[in-house]
Amino acid sequence: MPSIPELQDKARVIRRHIIRMTTEAGSGHPSSSLSATDVVTALYFGGFMRYDPRRPDWPDRDRLILSKGHACPVLYAAMAEAGYFPADELLTLRKLGSRLEGHPNRRRLPGIEASTGSLGQGLSIGLGQALACRLDGREARVYVLIGDGEMGEGQVWEAIAAAAKYKTANLTAIIDQNGYQQTGSTAEVLNLRPFADRIAAFGWHTQTIEGNDMASVVSGLETARQVKDRPALIVARTKKGYGILPVLEAEGDTNYHGKPLPPAVAEKALQLLS
Amino acid sequence: MFGSASGLKLGQATRDAFGDALQDLGSRFPDVVVVDGDVGNSTRIEVFAKAFPDRAFNVGIAESNMVSVAGGLASAGKTPVTASFSCFLLCNAFDQIRMSVAFPHLNVKLVGTHAGISIGEDGPSQMGIEDVALACALPGLVVIVPADAPSTKQATEAILRYQGPVYLRLGRPKVSVIYAGGCDFQIGKANRVRDGKDVTLIANGIMVSAALDAAVELESGGVSARVLDMHTAKPIDEQAITAAARETGAIVVAEEHLAAGGLGSIVAATAARTQPVPMEFVNIGDTFAESGDPAGLMEKYGLTPAAIVAAARRVLSRKK
Repeated sequence: MPSIPELQDKARVIRRHIIRMTTEAGSGHPSSSLSATDVVTALYFGGFMRYDPRRPDWPDRDRLILSKGHACPVLYAAMAEAGYFPADELLTLRKLGSRLEGHPNRRRLPGIEASTGSLGQGLSIGLGQALACRLDGREARVYVLIGDGEMGEGQVWEAIAAAAKYKTANLTAIIDQNGYQQTGSTAEVLNLRPFADRIAAFGWHTQTIEGNDMASVVSGLETARQVKDRPALIVARTKKGYGILPVLEAEGDTNYHGKPLPPAVAEKALQLLS
Repeated sequence: MFGSASGLKLGQATRDAFGDALQDLGSRFPDVVVVDGDVGNSTRIEVFAKAFPDRAFNVGIAESNMVSVAGGLASAGKTPVTASFSCFLLCNAFDQIRMSVAFPHLNVKLVGTHAGISIGEDGPSQMGIEDVALACALPGLVVIVPADAPSTKQATEAILRYQGPVYLRLGRPKVSVIYAGGCDFQIGKANRVRDGKDVTLIANGIMVSAALDAAVELESGGVSARVLDMHTAKPIDEQAITAAARETGAIVVAEEHLAAGGLGSIVAATAARTQPVPMEFVNIGDTFAESGDPAGLMEKYGLTPAAIVAAARRVLSRKK
């Protein structure tokens, strides 16, 4: 199993990919990807997900659904590092003909578990996959990464209630609580916190971790994996743009939603991550 | 309701035939699971759920979640059948059908019951009158509207055999049996249920038996009408439409649906391209209906054999 420093190194590599690919694409959501990078890195490289890039349809694989589909650069970068496709392909992000579309497309890119981008649907899809795996007696786990702004979608709460009913212990939801959504802070736009208390009341196991602290992420995922009688939630407290915060601060925009870094700014960010 | 003039006997509602068929097929299709939005006793999906409780999920009154859960089940190898009233399924969960089912082209069978205005007293909020248009708008979705119980049973098996997303539209009231001797149901292939040479009546669902009654009435006036059961709205049977246009020279399309985007629009777009002929349309028009008894509603909103006969006479007068 990789050590915490090794995982931190991997997260740095993935963050560099995110900056490069979105700047090359000229659009995309780097800051939303950076907040989730440590969680995604731990899932793919910390021994939590079993997968085989040569057999992306292996029925016993563990699954990650990126419900906040706009953060797909982090998913693509992790998949490239995991061997699903060459890292060079990351620079085709969002270009005509590329399998790396602006939001994940499971028909196009093997290894993508759900076509997302319309917020709110990932947890329901993950619940369906968890039920199917349980029905077939498979050990597979399903992880669903959700944005904190996305929690405004009522469907997420429908899925939370249904997962509690069916006690899908093979389902883990992770809320990337980076505190911002498109037009401002989640606290101001629509405050739905505290997520852990509210979702615990539905019957889930819940915990809150520091989502940009690799040791905390690994320990939280380990705790969730030990829950055997109900679905598990991890509220990951993160920062949008984590890893390049000084650069975003210098730009005067710590939300930095839905836009790539201009090449000169990207250069500074890459230096910070080197 | 319709079919007496053509000597048809009243049979099961299409939703009842579907419920029975699904249970019958349950053992032969072990990957089938059902997802219910707590209307299983109305959609008849509960018949399967009672026979195969381990393969049935009721997620409560939450159509959005219901459809996406079905998408998840399909993406992990199951063949989910998920059912609700056609209006709630298509209108409430349209984005979920779009993103969790159609876009990833998953093997989900969407079943919408209580279609049209023939549900009667419950009124417009419960009437699926735009569902065919919505379903047909989505790339890759197969859309089927069976006319009677025997063809619904065959359609149920056909959609389970077919790999890909399907919308099956069913009705609430009992309907006449058109295929008493069974039918050869093939997705995308219309059934010629009556032959004729002067005009073709193209219909689906409950309006097929109305069209058969209309054909009897037209015959008494010396008009020979062909009747096509166009049970598949998408993919449309272009060959049958083109042949009807060429061989009979006039078409009437009858459906229990809004004018916009339904079978009439699809048939017209097809004929316009392959063999343009005069056409008339029998449908709900551009209005929400109201509460009332089913027969009274069908009369008031123009969905009757008489309305089809009148449309046929209009189209015949335009025929060159």
